[in-house]
Amino acid sequence: MASEHAGAAFPHDPNGGPDEAENASRREFMVQLGLAASAVLAGCTPEQREEFLRKQFKELTPEEITERVAHLKEDVKRKWDKDATISAKPALPGVVFGYGLDLSRCIGCRRCEYACVKENNQSRDPQLHWIRVLEMEKEKGIDLEGANPYYDPATVPDPDHFYVPVACQQCENSPCARVCPVGATYKEPDGIVVIDYDWCIGCRSCMAACPYGARHFNWATPSIPKDELNTNMHVLGNRPRPKGVVEKCTWCVQRTREGRYPACVEICPVGARKFGNLNDPTSEISRILKDKRVFVLKSELRTKPKFFYFYGL
Amino acid sequence: MSGASGTNPSGGGPGAPQPQITISGTGALVPLLGVAGITIAAVLGFIETQPPYVPNEGVMAAVPHSPSEFPAVFAHDEALDGLDAGIPDGGLVPTAMPPFSDGVFPCMDCHGEPDQPPNPLRRKLEDAHTKIVLKHDEEHRWCLDCHDLKDRDQLKLASGELVPFTESYKLCGQCHGPQYRDWKVGIHGKRTGYWNGTKRYLLCVNCHWPHDPHFAPLKPLPPPVRPQYLRAEHRPGPEVKVKSEGHAAKPEGSVEARAAESKDATKDVKKEEAGHGK
Repeated sequence: MASEHAGAAFPHDPNGGPDEAENASRREFMVQLGLAASAVLAGCTPEQREEFLRKQFKELTPEEITERVAHLKEDVKRKWDKDATISAKPALPGVVFGYGLDLSRCIGCRRCEYACVKENNQSRDPQLHWIRVLEMEKEKGIDLEGANPYYDPATVPDPDHFYVPVACQQCENSPCARVCPVGATYKEPDGIVVIDYDWCIGCRSCMAACPYGARHFNWATPSIPKDELNTNMHVLGNRPRPKGVVEKCTWCVQRTREGRYPACVEICPVGARKFGNLNDPTSEISRILKDKRVFVLKSELRTKPKFFYFYGL
Repeated sequence: MSGASGTNPSGGGPGAPQPQITISGTGALVPLLGVAGITIAAVLGFIETQPPYVPNEGVMAAVPHSPSEFPAVFAHDEALDGLDAGIPDGGLVPTAMPPFSDGVFPCMDCHGEPDQPPNPLRRKLEDAHTKIVLKHDEEHRWCLDCHDLKDRDQLKLASGELVPFTESYKLCGQCHGPQYRDWKVGIHGKRTGYWNGTKRYLLCVNCHWPHDPHFAPLKPLPPPVRPQYLRAEHRPGPEVKVKSEGHAAKPEGSVEARAAESKDATKDVKKEEAGHGK
């Protein structure tokens, strides 16, 4: 078809002319380009082809999800020599998660911070913590600017301070999802804001947009000791992340979609952390919202967090 | 809802077999491009075959109080299987026995002996239980306000009704009404297990020692490293990192130090503004 078009354009030039030659070389170039592309793709393993031509997680068919999960498993097997269980379980119908944290109970012991690191396969070196426990002065009240996450007294709680653990607030109106230029981060039907770690381009716009400092960037390939790798994984949750992507708390999606409590809830020695279904009026979180004095961080920003701080006393 | 199991039904199976495409034919047709393709493929192949990733093993081991101290949290709690969700309306809560000291329960093993007649007189205990120093409204109460004189294996409510140790929350709830109310619906106290299924309830005394119920202070786990020290290799010794002690520690370049600087700057601006006003 291309040659007919070229012939029709220059019918009176017996020698073809320069335009004809140019067109011919362009045609040749396009053919070569196509062949090169196919040659490169042909030279790749099926996994590499899949990686190159992949789609967003939320666009995958069930078969493609199975394939993606299988590749992730192979990845884990190769890097850690361990067999992982990787779920891609979707949100439970009728469930919207909510979280409560009792500021009158938290003693700032940081057990949640480290339980989270272990459960969610966060990098040990460089260090990466999704939860940050902020120490604030009782005299000043909630004062995010004056907060100190690096407190290290011999024992906690310190009588003059109180503690505000902060991780992702799972906003209904999430600024991070709004600014993502590639749609890699989005809110799931159960209200958890997730990141498609195979789609994130690492631009860190979401980190700039998040008012809670809840997003963290993998500056280097995360390092997780083999014996501490949590092999119970979810594609959108604690699967190992590559270098150069942003990661965040998912309320332990690998646990909570199976009905279990997040790791931070299970570890909290004073029972300050509460989790449940906002649509269930008998759930712990619903009762807290009904009966307790509740607030959210930076409510003036209208991010509508589903992480509620309350005073149980 | 019934208790979901900890396993993962939707974990994918092995991927479907992929068709293998060889490169030889293409390379023969367009030699140059074929070579280029092979080169790129070889590079990708190299990435594929480079030695297995060796994680940095020593980091977590060097951190005291690592979460490996509490592995039970991550294990499946078999005791929860088969328990009903939530609190039955009768107020009975499925709880385990409280954490007794070794060998004290059943109490009647000693108190039931004929040479141990029950003594109802309020006094300081000198022969047994000497480690118990009551710090729980001790001015007004003593042992037999909660323990029964005759049946030491049970507790005694204010009404005189006896309750077993597994229902000790009823005893605590006599005074601590708001806490009892919150505990019953899961607001006060710790729950583990399943948010939509079986939960493990802890008794009040699992966390609060009834004879001295205040929490003992706890050593916090280590603080996170500051951004400039994210890499273990960049971390200086503690004597360099922390220049002053305790809460006042504000190393150079830290968030606090910068905040202090900016506050000073704000003050200067205000002074200037005040000057202009004059």
